[in-house]
Amino acid sequence: MSTISASEKVDGFTRKSVRKAQRQRKSQGSSQYRTQSAPVELSPLPQLKDTPSAEQQELFMQKLNQCCVLFDFLDSVTDLKSKEIKRATLNELVEYVSTYRGVLVESAYPDITNMICTNIFRALPPSDNPDFDPEEDEPTLEVSWPHMQLVYEFLLRFLENPDFQPSIAKRHIDQKFVLQLLELFDSEDPRERDFLKTILHRIYGKFLGLRAFIRKQINNIFLQFIYETEHFNGVAELLEILGSIINGFALPLKAEHKQFLMKVLIPLHTAKSLALFHAQLAYCVVQFLEKDPTLTEPVIRGLLKVWPKTCSQKEVMFLGEIEEILDVVEPTQFKKVQEPLFKQISKCVANAHFQVAERALYFWNNDYILSLIEENIDKILPIMFGSLYRISKEHWNPTIVALVYNVLKTLMEMNCTLFDELTSSYKAERQREKKKEQERDELWKKLDQFKLGNAPLVQNNSHSIPNDTNDTSAV
Amino acid sequence: SSQQHQEAVHHCASSRCGEDSHGKLYKNDTETQLYSLKMYSIIHIFYSSYHLWKYTIYDEDEVLLALAEQLGNFTMLVGGPEYVHCLLPPLESLATVEETVVRDKAVESLRKISQEHSPVDLEVHFEPLVKRLASGDWFTSRTSACGLFSVCYPRVSSTVKAEIRQHFRTLCSDDTPMVRRAAASKLGEFAKVLEPEYVKSDIISLFTALASDEQDSVRLLAVEACVSIATLLPQEDLETLVMPTLRQAAEDKSWRVRYMVADKFSELQKAVGSEITKNDLVPAFQNLLKDCEAEVRAAAANKVKEFCENLPEDNREQIIMTHILPCVKELVSDTNQHVKSALASVIMGLSTILGKDNTIEHLLPLFLAQLKDECPEVRLNIISNLDCVNEVIGIRQLSQSLLPAIVELAEDAKWRVRLAIIEYMPLLAGQLGVEFFDEKLNTLCMAWLIDHVYAIREAATCNLMKLVEKFGAEWAQNTIVPKVLGMANDPNYLHRMTTLFCINALSEACGQEITTKQMLPVVLKMSNDQVANVRFNVAKSLQKIGPVLDSNALQTEVKPVLEKLATDSDMDVKYFAQEAISALQS
Repeated sequence: MSTISASEKVDGFTRKSVRKAQRQRKSQGSSQYRTQSAPVELSPLPQLKDTPSAEQQELFMQKLNQCCVLFDFLDSVTDLKSKEIKRATLNELVEYVSTYRGVLVESAYPDITNMICTNIFRALPPSDNPDFDPEEDEPTLEVSWPHMQLVYEFLLRFLENPDFQPSIAKRHIDQKFVLQLLELFDSEDPRERDFLKTILHRIYGKFLGLRAFIRKQINNIFLQFIYETEHFNGVAELLEILGSIINGFALPLKAEHKQFLMKVLIPLHTAKSLALFHAQLAYCVVQFLEKDPTLTEPVIRGLLKVWPKTCSQKEVMFLGEIEEILDVVEPTQFKKVQEPLFKQISKCVANAHFQVAERALYFWNNDYILSLIEENIDKILPIMFGSLYRISKEHWNPTIVALVYNVLKTLMEMNCTLFDELTSSYKAERQREKKKEQERDELWKKLDQFKLGNAPLVQNNSHSIPNDTNDTSAV
Repeated sequence: SSQQHQEAVHHCASSRCGEDSHGKLYKNDTETQLYSLKMYSIIHIFYSSYHLWKYTIYDEDEVLLALAEQLGNFTMLVGGPEYVHCLLPPLESLATVEETVVRDKAVESLRKISQEHSPVDLEVHFEPLVKRLASGDWFTSRTSACGLFSVCYPRVSSTVKAEIRQHFRTLCSDDTPMVRRAAASKLGEFAKVLEPEYVKSDIISLFTALASDEQDSVRLLAVEACVSIATLLPQEDLETLVMPTLRQAAEDKSWRVRYMVADKFSELQKAVGSEITKNDLVPAFQNLLKDCEAEVRAAAANKVKEFCENLPEDNREQIIMTHILPCVKELVSDTNQHVKSALASVIMGLSTILGKDNTIEHLLPLFLAQLKDECPEVRLNIISNLDCVNEVIGIRQLSQSLLPAIVELAEDAKWRVRLAIIEYMPLLAGQLGVEFFDEKLNTLCMAWLIDHVYAIREAATCNLMKLVEKFGAEWAQNTIVPKVLGMANDPNYLHRMTTLFCINALSEACGQEITTKQMLPVVLKMSNDQVANVRFNVAKSLQKIGPVLDSNALQTEVKPVLEKLATDSDMDVKYFAQEAISALQS
């Protein structure tokens, strides 16, 4: 308490960065260990490789059972010997399932899955830091990782073993198993999520019967993330898996998949933490469009609907995604969305935040986009001209102004006559806009007189308002 | 005429006049649309028509939210309760959108207007809507349906009732967790409107199923429902119908569920009654206080006082002493500061329950330990609740440990902590008496006047006023006023201003004599300060203390100074001087 920095003395507030620095300690958590019973002491078993093969299976089972004992890693002094025995045993088990053939006999499956479930399935602990910001804060790491990592490793090797038989395993690796696995994706520990990603991908590949279920549950996780909790640590990892799943979808796309695109992937763009998974999300969207170009229009319109209003950082990401989409767009599809799309782009180039404006102007460095613009210059130039012309005069940032000059030059070269027309009508256009604005204001003033509470109007003159509207517009 | 009005509305809607005029009325920005929605409800009669809504560009969630809200107030505008069902189609659409806030608002409006439907209309128009929503394809409509069952159930025929129960049952086992959550959160509400026999036959099985759902987010909502359900059942059924589920929830493997049990503990306790509390809830509560997750322990710690208060009086003391207090003792030295701080905010309340002897023997050591806790929040929570303990054993018992704790908090680096402790000064002063105060606390109170945070200086000023009210003008004259007036010569203009603020606060409590003789000369002298802020505060102070002064001093001393300030070179000084002159004239 006595060491108060000068900056704190001055304003009494501590800046976020200062507070962050104060708790730079590595935070670790776990809620895996809950047993309050007396600790079990492990005694070392003989090595598998030193055992005659006839007895190996029996020993393998014993070792699996031994690894079901859990230890408290928050307490770093107790059970050191037993912890070491379990670690060594797990290492041996990993080696055993990855190098030996014929170890996965049918009777081993229940014990294998039981060992895995006991070790990894747990209710994730409450976050140490309630306003955890994944971009700035250090994640809370799983404290029992020394063991858990090996169990994950074991699960992975188990699934990848050439003798692995999904038809037997499906009795144990079932919907409930997958559901619990998916819940673990919320883990704050990136190492754990990375393992989960690979494992879920293997399961999706090997268990055809679980595929629809996995997709549906991921759907639910995303919907809950978007509309209910706004918090889930594993969105990026799940999207990465989906990216490769989408890649394998058969054509024509099922209605279920299209619904997933429009009702889940597009709304995911509204998330506050978009930066954490935008690359993976954009990849999924582009995968969909490469599969089925007719989805371009709904996707672009969807993105325009959820276009960020105040967050410039997100706007830059959206522009990046639009460019990725335009890279693969078919010219016929492009024509369908060019108007609403370029209305938005024209707003972006005129954005006061130079990074947004810059990102939008970079579109003109892309040869394919340039060819699309050229093909449709008579539609696009009138939309873009006003903004470009204005910011070439008004933008505060010299880099933007320079970029805009180049863009204007490119556009002029595409259609010189139209460009000249627009230049000469620019002033008149702006005046017309101003006049429109005035008319709007006057109309509202007029409507003020019809405010609620004007009882006779409500009763009889329901028509009069639209009529008035027409009158005003005729003025 | 309401019939005509109806027709007019429909006419306007179908002629799509709104769409044509749309561009003329609205700029394409949400804020204007929002504003217009709120201000010009009448225009939105047209837009509220379902058809029209489809044409317009109202797909902005903010706008939809306002629309959903406004439609709930539209009954009179569509011609009264007779026509209220016209509002159902647009609200039905809004109840299916993805954005949760819009949907919730639409459901809220639907609930509201359901009450305005006649029983016949409810069956003809409203209930079919609920059914459509309940069997919708997308999860949004089904979640919305969950909130509508309980409002129409009491007012429909028994066949329709049976259908409603069936729909609710279906949604409770929906395969989308969002829907099950919505159903679970409405389970208690729905149980309340059901006939008792159906509570037993329907609700209990749904409750049991939801409470063992595979998702913990569903299970924890069942805990909430448990409270309502337990109050609806006769005591003899609780043991078999509710308790197995509740016991299971208290030991759930997910900490979120256990947290919920801890959080709802007092409600649960009241709902299940004293017998079950004694046999089941006491051990459950002990476990929650010892839970492995700090979140759960903190939630339980928060409930310690309430739980003890509501124990059956005949063996309350014994239960607390043998079962609860040992856990509480452990929590005092918990590793997590939130747990300790939660406990500190309620622990003092135990003293009234346990009485003087137990408090001195068992609780006092705990209070003292918490007063020395390393975490300021814990100490503060103890000090904030001193009044409970004062009633039982008097504050003197604590004073020896209190003082170091107060001194440390008074200098805490966080200004909010300092602010909080200042607010307890008048209380402490009253309880500890003037001698103790002068000896130990007075210096602190004066030191706050020169704190570097304005809020602290302001609170310190206000604190002085309260102290004077408590200890009287004579005390003020001897101990406070000289120090306050001394600050008028401080080189820091902020401290000089503090003198003025103190005078503003103290003049009334100190009375005419002290104000005129001691304070006024200092104020007048400060009118020559070289800092303009001080000068205009002089003007403000004069205006403030004017009414306390005698008229002679006002005329001969105050007036000339104000007139001089009114010609000051600084605009603000002039302004406030003139303000003061006109205020003092009237």
